[in-house]
Amino acid sequence: MARESILPLRCEGLSFRVGDLTLLQEVSFTLGQTGVTAVLGPNGAGKTLLLKLCHGLLAPSAGHLQWRYRPADLRMRQAMVFQKPILLRRSVAANIEYVLRVRGMSRAESDARTHEMLRLTGLAEFAARPARALSGGEQQRLALARAWATAPDVLFLDEPGANLDPAAARAVEELICTIAASGTKVVLATHDLAQARRTAQDVLFLHRGRLRAAGAATDFFASPPDETAAAFLRGELYW
Amino acid sequence: MDEFSAAASLAFTLLAKADPTLVDIVLRSLRVSLSALAIAGSIGLLLAALLTVTRFTGRTLLIIGINAAMGLPPVVVGLAVYLLLSRAGPLGDWGLLFSPTAMVIAQVVLLTPLICGLARQTLEDAWREYGELFASLGLNHFRALCTLLVETRYSLLTTLLAGFGRAISEVGAVLIVGGNIAHVTRVMTTTIAMETSRGNLALALALGFILILLALIINAGVFITREIAQRQGG
Repeated sequence: MARESILPLRCEGLSFRVGDLTLLQEVSFTLGQTGVTAVLGPNGAGKTLLLKLCHGLLAPSAGHLQWRYRPADLRMRQAMVFQKPILLRRSVAANIEYVLRVRGMSRAESDARTHEMLRLTGLAEFAARPARALSGGEQQRLALARAWATAPDVLFLDEPGANLDPAAARAVEELICTIAASGTKVVLATHDLAQARRTAQDVLFLHRGRLRAAGAATDFFASPPDETAAAFLRGELYW
Repeated sequence: MDEFSAAASLAFTLLAKADPTLVDIVLRSLRVSLSALAIAGSIGLLLAALLTVTRFTGRTLLIIGINAAMGLPPVVVGLAVYLLLSRAGPLGDWGLLFSPTAMVIAQVVLLTPLICGLARQTLEDAWREYGELFASLGLNHFRALCTLLVETRYSLLTTLLAGFGRAISEVGAVLIVGGNIAHVTRVMTTTIAMETSRGNLALALALGFILILLALIINAGVFITREIAQRQGG
């Protein structure tokens, strides 16, 4: 029987403050169950912060998150891939096996799932190689494979194409689309407009900690809702 | 130079013949130092792990204290343990002074801060690196810590080897609390000091060679573990 998704996620009035500094101010939106939502904005807009708040790595100073329901293993129903992949000092295969074992999977099941993930992400030939000896693009694919292996309802991705060459970035993008097509909701923080155009169905646009636009990606790119968004699309909004 | 050559030649003869006195001293040194390392390693690593994952009032002060204690002068530690274990001391009834146990206690006091201080730094650096991943995976502190210990195993092994190096080459504390009693508390370093003052250079040199050999083995161990770590960890 198919597992019920914890989505949609409703975020209402999310704020995050450090001392007197407000880094995120009264952000409200809803994340649907499927597809790719791009969180757009220039550097320092609050994209990573928003992802960490949604994932529960940080607690908001104000506002709240409301999941469709809260299972006991809420955190295990989500996954996050960080801008700089955090890989364990072990082999490529062992990195995936580790998270599956942590989730309580048997050795036989985790072996099978690991091989499936390595095949789907094109990393099968590197299975025995030290994870940290991979190239940047391969490390990012491994981090995605490890996160996807747990079949999360929602996957938060923080700038997965940053610092990658065009071919590696393209491979990562294709993988993101494959993951989304498998039924996992993908929330993708990026300042790469081309990447967002190619992958996202929805957009959240942040600027200086405020949500300036939320809606369908096609509408956002065709007719930006305000001058800030238009300036960002023209490449004239620096921070 | 002739005297040195003669002493060196005699030293090699003692080593080649596995002289019983020499073997007795070497084995006792290893027994004392390895026992101290096992105890100090257990306490030091556990304390380092707790300091890495917990936050409590006085933690910073404790860390400063441990770091300061990394450079404790051995003779001062020897004196403190001597006062604790002497007949008039609070632990005098245990009758441990001038025994190998007293030497182990003194070395544990010396090694624990060293191992704890170095291990804490290693674990904290790793915690900064992996902390968000562990939180994202929903690991509890115990599981996260176990993973952290596995991830940093080669660095921690290097720390333990450094601790062993300090223990086996230490002379001040073990001389004070052990008393350098033949066949009871005499170890390599105290024998070298005594035989040199007596002018019996052969035995002192033979033990010196063994100490140098141990230092070489330790450094080789550190080098090899680093190489393995780099190969496996990438």
